[in-house]
Amino acid sequence: MNKLSLFGLLGLVIRRDLLLAMRRRADVLTTLVFFVMVVSLFPLGVGPEPDMLRKMAAGVLWVAALLASMLSLPRMFSADYLDGTLEQMMLAPQSLTMMVLGKIIAHWMLSGLPLVLIAPVLGLQFDMSSQALWVLMFALLLGTPVLSMIGAIGAALTLGLRGGGVLVSLLVLPLCIPVLIFGAGAVEAVNSGMDAISNLSLLGAFLLFALVFTPFVAAQALKISME
Amino acid sequence: MRLAINWFKYSAPSTFYGLAGKLIPFFAWPAAILFAVGLYIGFFVAPTDAVQSEAYRIMFIHVPASILSMFIYLIMAGYAALGLIFKTRLSSMMASALAPTGALFAFISLWTGALWGKPMWGAWWVWDARLTSELILLFLYLGFIALQASIEDPRRADRASALLAIVGSVNVPIIYYSVQWWNTLHQGSTIKYSGTSMHVAMQQSMFTILVACWLYVIAVALARVRTIILERESNTQWVKDLAETK
Repeated sequence: MNKLSLFGLLGLVIRRDLLLAMRRRADVLTTLVFFVMVVSLFPLGVGPEPDMLRKMAAGVLWVAALLASMLSLPRMFSADYLDGTLEQMMLAPQSLTMMVLGKIIAHWMLSGLPLVLIAPVLGLQFDMSSQALWVLMFALLLGTPVLSMIGAIGAALTLGLRGGGVLVSLLVLPLCIPVLIFGAGAVEAVNSGMDAISNLSLLGAFLLFALVFTPFVAAQALKISME
Repeated sequence: MRLAINWFKYSAPSTFYGLAGKLIPFFAWPAAILFAVGLYIGFFVAPTDAVQSEAYRIMFIHVPASILSMFIYLIMAGYAALGLIFKTRLSSMMASALAPTGALFAFISLWTGALWGKPMWGAWWVWDARLTSELILLFLYLGFIALQASIEDPRRADRASALLAIVGSVNVPIIYYSVQWWNTLHQGSTIKYSGTSMHVAMQQSMFTILVACWLYVIAVALARVRTIILERESNTQWVKDLAETK
């Protein structure tokens, strides 16, 4: 058997998870539809005045993205946990941290990336300026992976628990607040004529920080849950 | 001759149970006395504030509760980390014994803050940086308690919640500064405490109540850890031999 490099392993896990998701497309679509629906409910709730909608657009899109990513979190490990694949992964000689990172990236490509791509269309519903739309998209591109990474820790800790879905939101949402603040803050900065670069830089810093630590912590959490 | 002291003697739940029982009165009584003294100074000795008149007196409860709610989270995370790293059961039990008290103080801090805010700022709640981060701290406590409550196996519950507490304590400074930044970005600092130096009696009262709260926390944590020990060790012989379980 040839030896698998770390990045070969990463690619393998990502490819496998994407393939599995493609066989069951409904799961991916539900997250996206949920996101679109929640965002569309806000104008119905608060009224159609364009001034107000423009002001709250970034916050609404970010909160909806946060909720949509929570919704898909329990799926990150549960299928593999139920059919025993996760156990085999932990027994494998390869690095569990790297496998977890692969699962996080696959999760983001399935639940975060579609939101990033559809966000500008929803932003138009809120009458956002084109510059604000670009910043919103870029901020989501930097921020949603962090949500998947922090969420992976929560998903791993609540693996196999009853009521895990609500519990994982309770654990993860407070930890995601900085991402929400700077993500929505970037768009806010553009709207008020300032530079969004400081907000985006901080989001980028969160992304790198989370990339280094969260896969390892989530792997430890999986070990605790699987004992 | 070397004096051999077994430093780890009281890290066993069975020996700590008795020690904790003996220690509780030494913390509980001073706590009660200092509470009474501190409240007396706060209500009868401390003068009326020039700016805030009588309403400021809620500070004597509010400030110690806020300080302790933050300290307890760090201590809880520290105990949880000890339990996770060294697999000492008692440390994990101490972490779970501290969590409800920490949540209680966070709640008291928010509640008294609202009561103080109404006469001072004219609103029960403002999205001030400190209020917001205190609210998030309460959420973190509730997450810790909820995770522990939903896992049946106590060992997994201890280790899972320990990991959560550690992740939370790394995140606390980030949350704190981002909330502060968010606050200054959105609204100018509308709320400023008057810069006048505090009267001596006010300081005395606040400090006395702070110490009283500390002692209360220790006494309550010890009492709670005793019940946790009894619950978890209920199958062991030493628990069955205890006078109070017969």
